[in-house]
Amino acid sequence: MTASLPDHMQPTRSFQGLILTLHNYWAQHGCVILQPYDMEVGAGTFHPATTLRSLGPKPWKAAYVQPSRRPKDGRYGENPNRLQHYYQYQVIMKPSPPNLQELYLGSLRAIGLDSLLHDIRFVEDDWESPTLGAWGLGWECWCDGMEVSQFTYFQQVCGIECAPVSGELTYGLERLAMYVQGVDNVYDLNFNGLEGDEKVTYGDVFLQAEQEYSRHNFEHANTAILLRHFEDAEAECEALLRAGAPKAGDNSPLHKMVLPAYDQCIKASHAFNLLDARGVISVTERQSYILRVRNLAKACGEAFLLTEAGGVNLKSESV
Amino acid sequence: MPDLLLELRSEEIPARMQRKAAGDLKKLVTDALVEAGLTYEAAGDYWTPRRLTLDIRGLTARSKDVHEDRKGPSVTAPDQAIAGFLRSAGLADISEAHVHTDPKKGDFYVAHLTKPGRAAEEIIAEIMPRIIAAFPWPKSMRWGKASSTPGSLRWVRPLQSIACTFGPETEEPVVVDFEIDGLRAGNVTYGHRFLSDGQPITVRRFDDYVAKLEKAKVVLDADRRKEIILSDAQNIAFASGLDLVEDDALLEEVSGLVEWPVVLMGEFEEEFLAIPPEVIRLTIKTNQKCFVTRKQGESDRLSNKFILVSNIEATDGGREIAHGNGKVVRARLSDALYFWNTDQHDLPDMHTLAPAAIKFDLDLKKPLDQRMARLDALNVTFHAKLGTQGERVTRIKNLAREIAPLVGADPALAMRAAVLAKADLTTEIVGEFPELQGGMGRKYALLQKEHPSVAAAIEEHYKPQGPSDFVPADPVSVAVALADKFDTLVGFWSIDEKPTGSKDPFALRRAALGVIRLLLSSEWKIELLPLFQSAFIQLREEKIEQRIQHFEEDQAAQDTGDVDGEEDVTNAISGFEKRIRGQLSERSQPILLDLLSFFHERLKVHLRELGARHDLIDAVLTEGADNLLLIARRVEALVVFLNTEDGKNLLAGTKRAANILSAEEKKGTPISPVVDAALFILEEERELSAAVNQAESQAAQAIQNEDFSDAMIALSALREPVDSFFEKVLVNDDNPDIRANRLALLSRIRTATNTVADFSKIAG
Repeated sequence: MTASLPDHMQPTRSFQGLILTLHNYWAQHGCVILQPYDMEVGAGTFHPATTLRSLGPKPWKAAYVQPSRRPKDGRYGENPNRLQHYYQYQVIMKPSPPNLQELYLGSLRAIGLDSLLHDIRFVEDDWESPTLGAWGLGWECWCDGMEVSQFTYFQQVCGIECAPVSGELTYGLERLAMYVQGVDNVYDLNFNGLEGDEKVTYGDVFLQAEQEYSRHNFEHANTAILLRHFEDAEAECEALLRAGAPKAGDNSPLHKMVLPAYDQCIKASHAFNLLDARGVISVTERQSYILRVRNLAKACGEAFLLTEAGGVNLKSESV
Repeated sequence: MPDLLLELRSEEIPARMQRKAAGDLKKLVTDALVEAGLTYEAAGDYWTPRRLTLDIRGLTARSKDVHEDRKGPSVTAPDQAIAGFLRSAGLADISEAHVHTDPKKGDFYVAHLTKPGRAAEEIIAEIMPRIIAAFPWPKSMRWGKASSTPGSLRWVRPLQSIACTFGPETEEPVVVDFEIDGLRAGNVTYGHRFLSDGQPITVRRFDDYVAKLEKAKVVLDADRRKEIILSDAQNIAFASGLDLVEDDALLEEVSGLVEWPVVLMGEFEEEFLAIPPEVIRLTIKTNQKCFVTRKQGESDRLSNKFILVSNIEATDGGREIAHGNGKVVRARLSDALYFWNTDQHDLPDMHTLAPAAIKFDLDLKKPLDQRMARLDALNVTFHAKLGTQGERVTRIKNLAREIAPLVGADPALAMRAAVLAKADLTTEIVGEFPELQGGMGRKYALLQKEHPSVAAAIEEHYKPQGPSDFVPADPVSVAVALADKFDTLVGFWSIDEKPTGSKDPFALRRAALGVIRLLLSSEWKIELLPLFQSAFIQLREEKIEQRIQHFEEDQAAQDTGDVDGEEDVTNAISGFEKRIRGQLSERSQPILLDLLSFFHERLKVHLRELGARHDLIDAVLTEGADNLLLIARRVEALVVFLNTEDGKNLLAGTKRAANILSAEEKKGTPISPVVDAALFILEEERELSAAVNQAESQAAQAIQNEDFSDAMIALSALREPVDSFFEKVLVNDDNPDIRANRLALLSRIRTATNTVADFSKIAG
C-alpha cells in the first residue's frame, strides 16, 4: 500500500491506481515514463522504445503502458480472462542492472504484494518472438502459482546481438489487477477505485469494444484489403529504408528514416495477425509471413544502428 | 588435509538443469585438480535454485615436484643447436646440463628439469575461471554492462557471487583469490531471498556453510528437500483422509523451485471431478506444478484437494498462497472442462468434412468421427515423403483388414478401430496434453458407444511401447497395432530412413520390438514378408492407380470404336496393371528382405534378453525366415533338446562329423551328397544310414507340422547310431571309394540335423 495516496487511488482498489503506482515506482528508479505507442501492436515489445532502443550501446531506461492487440484472443466479451485488446506494462533497462530482480520485487511490494504473505517465484521461461527475430532467457514470475509477469534478458533483437543486454519486464496488467483486487472476471475490475454511482468498471470501458472488435476480427475484417495492407506496408518499409540510407558521397553516415520505416513493419505485423484471426493463412503460408515481417524488423534494426540513438557518434567514455 | 568449498550463486537456475549442472561442476573441477597433480578423498555436489555448491574433502595442499630429463644435442653439435636447446629447456648456461653417454650416439647433453609442485590454492585459482567460462549449460546468456564487450562471461542466468575457501580443518581457511568478468571470489553468501534478513553471510568451510544457510532458511541438499516435501505432503494428505498421488518427476522439479519447501493444501470445486482423472492430474502438474490426491482406498478417482509446495513460511500460515493457487487451478480446470466438453460436441467447420466422411465411411453425427474427418481435411503431414495423416490412416485401415483374420479379429471392427485410431489427435485435450493420445480417443469412443474392442484398440494400438510395456491381447487391438507398426516400418524403410547407431528418430527399433512382442505373446503364426509386401503396395497404391488411369486415358485416345477394340483395351489395361504391380513387388524385395533381417537382429536382442543363448538363435535363423513365432519355438525346443543326454551327445557327434568334413573340404576332397549302400561294409554304417534317412524325414515332417519337440525326438534317435559309428568305423579306409562313401555318410548327418538347426553354429 502506498501511504500517501487516497484510498481510491490505491493499486489494490483501482486499475488506474495500479498503473499510476507502477509509473511512480519506475520513475523513481530512473525510467523515462513514456505513453503508449500510437499504433496497433501485438505486445509492448513492439514499441520502438523497446525493439529499437534495445539495440546499440546507448544506455536506456523506460517504462510505459502498451495497449496490445491479439485479434485471435477475442471472445466477444464472454470469457472472463481473454481479451483481444489488453494492457501490458513494460519496463526496459539497458544495460540490465545487477539488481533487476530486486527492483522487480520492489515493484510488486509497491502494488501491495507482500513477499512474506505471497509465494513469489521465478520459473524458467525463455522468450522468443519469431516476427521480431528476437529471443532472450528469463522467467515467468509467479505469485501464488499465477503468472503475473515475464522477465527477460534480451540476447538478440531484430536478429542483432544485444550489446549490452537489456532487461525487460512485462506485467499483464489486467491479470495483476484481478489478483490484487480479488476479482474473478476481468470486466468486474474497478477501474477508477470509486464506489456506488461513481464506480467505473473495466467492463464499462471495454466490454463493448471487445464485442465489436471480435466481430470485426473474426467475421468482417476484409481479407483482400488486409492482404493489400500487408503488402503495401512491406513495400513502404523497404522503400523508406532505401530512401533514408546513407548514400555514397553523403557527409553523414547516418540513416535518416528508420522510425517511419519501422512503423510500416508494425503495420505489416498487425495486418498479419488480423489475417491469421480470419483463418485465411494456412500452416505453410504462416511461416513465410512471419519470415517476411522478420526481414523487415531485421532491416530496421540494422538501419537503427546507423542513427544517433543507435550509438553513432557516441563518445566512448559515456558508454 | 585441507578441504575446498565452492559456491556459485546466481539468479534462478531452471529446475531441470540443476542436478546435471552440479554433477558437471564436480566432474570438471575434480578432473582439473587431478590433472594438475592433486588428489582428493571425497567430493560432494549440491544445488538449490540459486546456487551450485561443491564440497571437496582431503585435497592435497601441493602438487608433487615433477622431474623430467630432456635430451639435448650431441656435445659436438654446432653452437646454434646448443643455444636452441638451452632456450627450450630454460637453462642459462650449458654447464647446467649433464652429459650422458650412449654407445652408439656418443656423448650428448641432457637437462635434468624439475617442475616444482604448486600450491593447491594457486591451481584452484587457475582452473576455476576456465571452468566457469566454459561451463556446459544447455543454454546460456550474457547480461549487464559487461555484455557490451564481446566474449563476456556467459552463465545460465546472471552469476552473482562466488565463494571459494580452502584450508585444513585445524586452521582458518583462506579465500582462494580469483576473478572472472569482474566477479571476485570471496567467503560470502546470502540466504533465502525472502525469509532471511538479506545480510551477507561469511562462511569458513562446508560444515558451517550448510548450518548457516539452514539458519538463513536454505536447505542446501536437494535430496533432503525432496524428502521433506514427500513426507510433509503425505502427512498433510493423510490428515485429511487422503493419499498423495506420487510423481517422481514432479517431485524432482518442485525441489528445484524452492530453497525452503513448505507444503500446503489447496482445493477446487468438486464439479471439476467430471473431467477424467489423468487430465486433472496433468493440468495441475504441468501448469501449476502441484500434486493431486485420492480419497484413501480409491484407486482411480481423484479428490478435489491438491498439494502445493511454496518457497516461504508465510505470515498467515499460507492461507493466501493456498487460496491464490486454488484460483489458478480452478481457472486451468475450467479450461480443461471446456476442452473435454468441446471434444464431445460438433465441430464448427462441419461443411469441410463431407469428403473425408465418404472416404472413411464416417458417421458425422458422432464427435470422434468428425475429428477424424478433420484430421483428414486439414491435410496434416505425417512425414514429407510418407504423406498425410489421412493417407496413413487409409493404409492402416487396409492393412488391419488384411491382418484381422490372421489374429482372429473381426475385420469390420479392426477397420473401424483403425479409422478412429488417430482421431483424437485433433481433440482439444490431446492438443493440450499430447501424452494423452490414445487414452482420450478410447474415452471419447466409449462415450459415442463404439464397440468396446474398438475403443480399446484406439488406446492399445500404440502398444507395446517398450520392452516392459503392456502387450494388448484383444484381437482387434493386435490387428491395428500390427498394421500401425508395419506401415511405419515399411514406410521408413522404403524411403531409406533406417536407424543408425544410436540414432533412431522415428523409434523404429521400438516399433519392431513391439511387433515381436505382439507376435510372440500368442499363438498367431504370421508370416511377415507378405504383410510387408502389402504395406509396401499400400504406400504406392495412389501412384499405381494414377498410372493405370493415365494408361486408360492413352488407350481411350487410341480407341478405334469397334467392339473387339474395347476388349483389347480391357485386356491391355489389366495386363498393364499386372506388369507394374509385378515390377513394384520385384523392386520391393531387397528392401523388405533388409527389413526382415532388421527384425532378425531385434529378435535376437529380445530373445537374448529373455535368456536364450546367442548361438542357439543363430543356429535356427535362416535368411528369409519370416515367422517369428516359429523361430522362437524352435529355439526353445533346441534349448530343451541340448539339455538332454541325447542332445549333448548328438551335438558332439555332429560336430565331430562336421570337423572331419571341413578338414576334407579344405583339402578339396569332393564330398558326395548321397551314399552308396553297396559300399557299406560294417553293420554300423548301414544302421547309421538308415537312421539318418528316417530321422531326416521324420524331422522334416515334424517341422512341417510345426512340432519342434517331435523334430528333436526324431533327431535324438540318431544319437545311438552316430556314437556306434564313430566307435566302430574308421572313416579313413584304405579303399578310396569306401572312404568317400563314409564321408558322404557323415555329410548326411549334417544335412539331416540341418533340417532342425545349423549345429555348426552351436558352441560347445
